[in-house]
Amino acid sequence: METAEKHIEQRKPADKNEIVVDIDHISKSFDTKNVLRDINLKLKRGENVVVLGKSGQGKSVTIQCIVGLLTPDNGTVKVFGEDVSQMNELQLKELRTKIGFLFQSGALYDSMTVRDNMEFPLTRIKRLTDQNEIDQKVEEVLDGVGLIDAIDKMPSDLSGGMRKRAGLARTLIMQPEIMLYDEPTTGLDPITSREISELILHMQQKYKTSSIIITHDMECARITADRIVIMNDGEYIAEGSYEELEKSDDEFIRSFFNQTK
Amino acid sequence: MAEQAVTGYKKWLEGVGDQGVFFSGFFRNLFRGGFEWSEFVRQCYEIGYRSMMLVGITSFIMGLVLILQLRPSLLELGAESMLPKTLAVSFVREIGPVIIAIICAGKVASGIGAELGSMKVTEQIDAMEVSGANPLQYLVVTRVLATAFMVPLLTLIGDAIGLAGGFLALNFTDDISFKLYFTKCISALEFMDLLPAVVKTVFFGFAIGFVGCYKGYNSNKGTESVGLAANSAVVTASLWIFVIDAIAVQITSILFYR
Repeated sequence: METAEKHIEQRKPADKNEIVVDIDHISKSFDTKNVLRDINLKLKRGENVVVLGKSGQGKSVTIQCIVGLLTPDNGTVKVFGEDVSQMNELQLKELRTKIGFLFQSGALYDSMTVRDNMEFPLTRIKRLTDQNEIDQKVEEVLDGVGLIDAIDKMPSDLSGGMRKRAGLARTLIMQPEIMLYDEPTTGLDPITSREISELILHMQQKYKTSSIIITHDMECARITADRIVIMNDGEYIAEGSYEELEKSDDEFIRSFFNQTK
Repeated sequence: MAEQAVTGYKKWLEGVGDQGVFFSGFFRNLFRGGFEWSEFVRQCYEIGYRSMMLVGITSFIMGLVLILQLRPSLLELGAESMLPKTLAVSFVREIGPVIIAIICAGKVASGIGAELGSMKVTEQIDAMEVSGANPLQYLVVTRVLATAFMVPLLTLIGDAIGLAGGFLALNFTDDISFKLYFTKCISALEFMDLLPAVVKTVFFGFAIGFVGCYKGYNSNKGTESVGLAANSAVVTASLWIFVIDAIAVQITSILFYR
């Protein structure tokens, strides 16, 4: 039986310079508020990009445009070279199977057990019918995030950190090529936040995903980021590695790094 | 003032358009493959079985109260023997379906509105959508069909319990056997009393499910909106029940009672 590892090994060798997500001059407004202004972002295969910014600055809107939950007013979002806004329903559905989206709350289906949450995409999207294969995949992915003991628990019985892990497992079970994390450590204590950040990094290495991580948690950014983009008032104002940005003289940029000291 | 009216009108038109899109989305997904049978059965249990007690108690009391209220008037006319017939016809044709549908609007539409509203707030619907699954098919089609299927069943059960309530009330004052009472009730009813009543409850059920799903699915992303979705679902579904009833009565009158 095919395991997740085997499946991932079969993926074509990563071309490190391949652009998997290309956000080109997008803007987005809600009523009179300009949430995004002329945003550009490129995500390369295998890369972890962290988008840092204060709350309410349009960070989440950016990744919602990538999966077609929102449509930008101007500009284009291309994923694997295809313009998301030009896709029909079927193409969008196909694209979404290649993208994992971890919501801030974990977004577990609260009427189902953890096991049923994991099985949901396998039976509905991958249309798997062999229960042994389904069980194997579920147990493997839950084991990977350290939640095998909670397999038959309801989401209401899980702690915040466990819910995030379960949410991560549910997205990883589809073996996505791109992962989008919406504030993965918000609302967690520092120890659990660190565990989740390390898990994100570990899973990225294991599943060879390219990721965009939306956060304002500097510890999460330090652990996970290959590159950091800083956002303010709907615009990207700086870009670089953690170490580069840490040395910045800009007061706004420094304010993020000061919180860790 | 005029600007407010224009804005209100625009919002109303947008709402109508949204409902039209949601309605067409429902039908597109209804005939798409991969029907969610297990979720449909679960919803039938949640909507039907879990409403049975409420429907039963209310119907029983309605039957009982109707007999107590009708009795003095019919006694005055010397038509006391008409009590079972009057109750049977009025309950099966009109009172049972409407009262039970209103109860279901209160319990089921608000429940669906609140459930889907809270799923929206906690991003579960978005999660389903971005995973490539079809939330309309899983959440909406199953719930709407389950209400359209269960409300007629609940109405039939409620009708029977309502007549039983009437028997109890009649037994307080008159000496009538259970067998005679039910013989009188059943002989008063024709198939054409039952058929339109059952058919209209299918539409009542559809309206309850559809409105509950629409309000919950399209609620805003705040905790306050969950309550608003539930409340608005009850009010709108109740209104639709009366509108459908008025249309159904007109159609029934033209087809069967001319």
